[in-house]
Amino acid sequence: MSLAVLLRTAWNALRRNVSRSLLTMLGIIIGVCAVIASMAIGAGAQAAVMKQIESLGANLIVITPGSITSGGVQLGSGSRTTLKLDDVTAISQNVLEVSGAAPLSQTNSQVIAGGANWSTSIAGTTPPWLSVQNWTMAQGGFFTDEDVRRVAKVAVLGSTVASNLFPAGGAIGSTVIIKSVPFRVLGVLASKGQTGFGRDQDDQVVVPITTHQERLTGQSWVNAIMISASSPDTVAGVIDATERLLRLVHHLTPIQGDDFTIRNIANVQQVRMATASTQALLLAAVAIVSLIVGGIGIMNIMLVSVTERTREIGLRMAVGGRGRDILLQFLIEALTMASAGGLIGVGLGIGISFLVSMLGNWPTVISGFSIFLGFVSAAFTGVVFGYYPARRAAALDPIDALRYE
Amino acid sequence: MADAAPLIEVRDLTKVYGEGPAAVEALRGVSLSVNSGEFVAIMGPSGSGKSTFMHLLGCLDRPTSGSYRLAGQEVSILSRDQLAMVRGRQIGFVFQSFNLLSRTSALENVELPMLYAGIGREERDRRARSILEQVGLGSRLQHRPNELSGGQQQRVAIARSLANGAPLLMADEPTGNLDSASSEEIMTLFRHLNRDNGITVVVVTHATDIAAWSDRIVTFRDGLIIDDRAAQDVLAAPVHEFTDHGHLREEVSS
Repeated sequence: MSLAVLLRTAWNALRRNVSRSLLTMLGIIIGVCAVIASMAIGAGAQAAVMKQIESLGANLIVITPGSITSGGVQLGSGSRTTLKLDDVTAISQNVLEVSGAAPLSQTNSQVIAGGANWSTSIAGTTPPWLSVQNWTMAQGGFFTDEDVRRVAKVAVLGSTVASNLFPAGGAIGSTVIIKSVPFRVLGVLASKGQTGFGRDQDDQVVVPITTHQERLTGQSWVNAIMISASSPDTVAGVIDATERLLRLVHHLTPIQGDDFTIRNIANVQQVRMATASTQALLLAAVAIVSLIVGGIGIMNIMLVSVTERTREIGLRMAVGGRGRDILLQFLIEALTMASAGGLIGVGLGIGISFLVSMLGNWPTVISGFSIFLGFVSAAFTGVVFGYYPARRAAALDPIDALRYE
Repeated sequence: MADAAPLIEVRDLTKVYGEGPAAVEALRGVSLSVNSGEFVAIMGPSGSGKSTFMHLLGCLDRPTSGSYRLAGQEVSILSRDQLAMVRGRQIGFVFQSFNLLSRTSALENVELPMLYAGIGREERDRRARSILEQVGLGSRLQHRPNELSGGQQQRVAIARSLANGAPLLMADEPTGNLDSASSEEIMTLFRHLNRDNGITVVVVTHATDIAAWSDRIVTFRDGLIIDDRAAQDVLAAPVHEFTDHGHLREEVSS
């Protein structure tokens, strides 16, 4: 029997009982749908993380103050005030293979410009920040080391802030007021857009660290130090050297632990990736279970179908159908059902991935491979679970089958 | 046809169902020759072994012992798949309950055996049309079984049995589900196929008026052939022993 005839026979058999066929396919549909969605979510998270690493700079190393333990209670990182501006200078002067080091302090405040106001994050740093964090200027310029030394009241706006405060443009040279202090706008940063996880990186104002400390927060320490290693290969060496240097500068004895934490940006992202892959793994488990349940459903219905059509099988044998013709007929029928379910599942999976990325604000990437995998696993399920009923059909005795009532 | 080897040649055929003390001997050593072009009726009460014999002749089953040569080929030793091939090419079946595929057109029903014989699409279509015209259903090609009368359905089944050009046609109570007018139609068709197309016909029946259409009547009882004569002789002098006991009596008297 030719494949075309087998496919048509199978299609006709399934069409005879549309609702039953659809219900049987349900497990496969859910399974394939989960395969597509899980891979889309996993791949989307990975792509988002990659994008974030890229925009932050792959060689970025972040130093944060260590957490303090007060009476056995850990107060969390950042609660300590151990990082100073001097540490930044020490690192950039002493650690080899550092292409840039910049302090970072942050506070939140309202920014006023004329009649407009905007609540945003105010970052205090030094000029190397621009290269360490991979920023470029859209208009104007960044403040200089001289501005930092003079505690100048100058600011650089993120593009979101600029467009909200100065919708008509003309930000450069204007004055914005932050916590009652007037700042002259030097420039606007080029837009980086959202991170993969939806945070707007352009929603900030950058001022000299000295001005930040003396005029806005009054704190003498910095929240973090950002270092850029000269190449990805030197990241480990820089981390090691920085740690030894900071221990020295902070006068720590060998029995004391570090009062700071050094993290590679890749490490930070690995945690997020792990979260995403856990979610994807969970969905993959759902997919496998659904495919198995769907497969059992197909097997069940195929067994019913073989029983219902015993006389037909007997007749097909009487007119020259061999065992393997019958086997193939029922196998193709199961395969057709599973594949149809697979197709529906692929469509549904793509739809759900779109919904997740639209409503859940979670990036998704649908790959051709996931569609292929979803479809193939459906077809595979059909063959595996269709084999036993088909085998039973093929093993029927023609006389018994013809006589079956 | 007498000079050629017989189409069917059966020697000492036995069939035992089950094993040990529960074993049932359905056939206890049957020998029979049927030449090409004969029209034979097989009669006998239920349990006489005629159905078992029919299954063996139709290559649907294998004998316990004995030899069966079909068109010169020993078929009693063939495998399941080989028997299927023999059925597909040498034997056409007609059943009491028609056994047509439901929701499938007459044309496609007739094409079914050709699918298994590996015949191409155009040739299938051409042959099926021509055979259906031959059995008088040229205007019913696309009709489904539920749109056809019993007699028409049986004619589709006969067309199907002729699809692969089999030299042997086996009919198991072909008129059992039909009224007398349709029965006559079907038997006329068998007669025509036998006389004009040279097809060997074997009909299993318990009805004497159906057997009367044949040339030769073989009567079974208790797993043995007890009578094998020309039809006109049997009709003139029935097997009394048999009609005394069997349910054939009503048929004879009616």
